Amino acid sequence: MTVRIQTADFDAGAEIAALRRGNPRVGAVATFIGVCRDANDGAAVSNMTLEHYPGMTEKAIGEIVDEAKQRWKVMDALVIHRVGELKPTDQIVLVVVTGAHRGEAFAACEFIMDYLKTQAPFWKKEQTPGGSRWVEARASDDEAAQRWEPPKSSAA
Amino acid sequence: MKVKVLYFAGLREQLGTPGEDLDVPPTTVAGLRSQLMARGGAWQSALAQGKAVRVAVNQEMAQPTTPVKPGDEIAFFPPVTGG
Repeated sequence: MTVRIQTADFDAGAEIAALRRGNPRVGAVATFIGVCRDANDGAAVSNMTLEHYPGMTEKAIGEIVDEAKQRWKVMDALVIHRVGELKPTDQIVLVVVTGAHRGEAFAACEFIMDYLKTQAPFWKKEQTPGGSRWVEARASDDEAAQRWEPPKSSAA
Repeated sequence: MKVKVLYFAGLREQLGTPGEDLDVPPTTVAGLRSQLMARGGAWQSALAQGKAVRVAVNQEMAQPTTPVKPGDEIAFFPPVTGG
């Protein structure tokens, strides 16, 4: 399992190749890439700044991945999340999960993203024509995470 | 006892500081929040009950009743918005 927080962009193809290299037991690779949009909550977004809590962020994502590995037969997982200045079309987050079959890889990948959105300490600040604003947490993200029932390792 | 307190994102901006070292009597998360609110002004409004403030103790999510012990790192922040 690998968790990286970085300002630099990532190459999803290279990361996927590295994660499954030389492992003939892998039959499924599920990936998610989150990308910076040019609009949010009715306003144009020219760029955003992502802040995190160094130390806790890596730990929280590690716990989410551990939880996913307990729930599904996952072989390996990789999470890369960027911080700092980002602009529309930039990649923000990459989740890759490998497994023997697609069902478990898909489920684990979605679970990791749903929990990352609600549990991992990141905060987005957007630049809009009306000035800069901190993005508000969405109830729909909480609902998405609640579908999976709370993990043992954390409480909001 | 000495503790380290951190503030992130919008809360850091409202309070005007990324964090501080404090000397406080043994308490809980709720107790520490009350002490900070007692400073008045931005502290009172940003940390008021009903404001969506999350707290972590030693980098684990905490509850109002979570004890605060010597040397602990306590972080206050808004609900998270990554991904």
